[in-house]
Amino acid sequence: MNLKIALFGIAREIVGQSSLEVSAPEGQSVQALLAGLREQYPALGGLSSLAVAVNNEYAEEETTLTERDEIALIPPVSGG
Amino acid sequence: MIHIDLTDQPIDVAAALRTVEDDGAGAINTFIGAVRNKSTGRPVVRLEYEAYDSMALHQLRKVAEQAVEQWPMLKKVTVIHRKGTLYIGDVAVVVAVSTPHRAESFAACQYIIDTLKQVVTIWKKEFYEDGDVWVAAHP
Repeated sequence: MNLKIALFGIAREIVGQSSLEVSAPEGQSVQALLAGLREQYPALGGLSSLAVAVNNEYAEEETTLTERDEIALIPPVSGG
Repeated sequence: MIHIDLTDQPIDVAAALRTVEDDGAGAINTFIGAVRNKSTGRPVVRLEYEAYDSMALHQLRKVAEQAVEQWPMLKKVTVIHRKGTLYIGDVAVVVAVSTPHRAESFAACQYIIDTLKQVVTIWKKEFYEDGDVWVAAHP
């Protein structure tokens, strides 16, 4: 399946674009997605934290992803 | 009773305060976050705020709802966050709450701004004379 991932802030700058399409096996977990992205973009590993959001909620590492999900990479937030 | 906004226009603080007025509220408490001229000793020229809009609005509402759960006497809650380019002194965020008595208004207002900073999907980049940094990105 193909997952589309929205990118923001420093994650967008590290990857060099505002969204990313990755092909992943069915049942891909958040944890596996993150591991793959950190391998492809090592600078992501240097961030204080890196979360994944699924449909506007923070996802657990074991959450499985589907093509219909709205997925985003969430680097450390700094609002306020 | 919960009013949430994310805007690229200057925040009208007086208008925000009016949204929490309530005949049953003896206390209105407001937090206004403004752009400071220095960050860790380095002069700041401007800030740029970027948001994941749909999630930021959803999470802001959740934070306000959690506050209402924790302080059921809350009459009204307003949270407005700015995005885009901001300069020194500009208002970046306003949190306003109204309650019958003052103690809960301080507590709820602080809870909302503290939690917002931890969970709401907004990112701030500081620009200096000689460079720029995404705040809190690196340990």
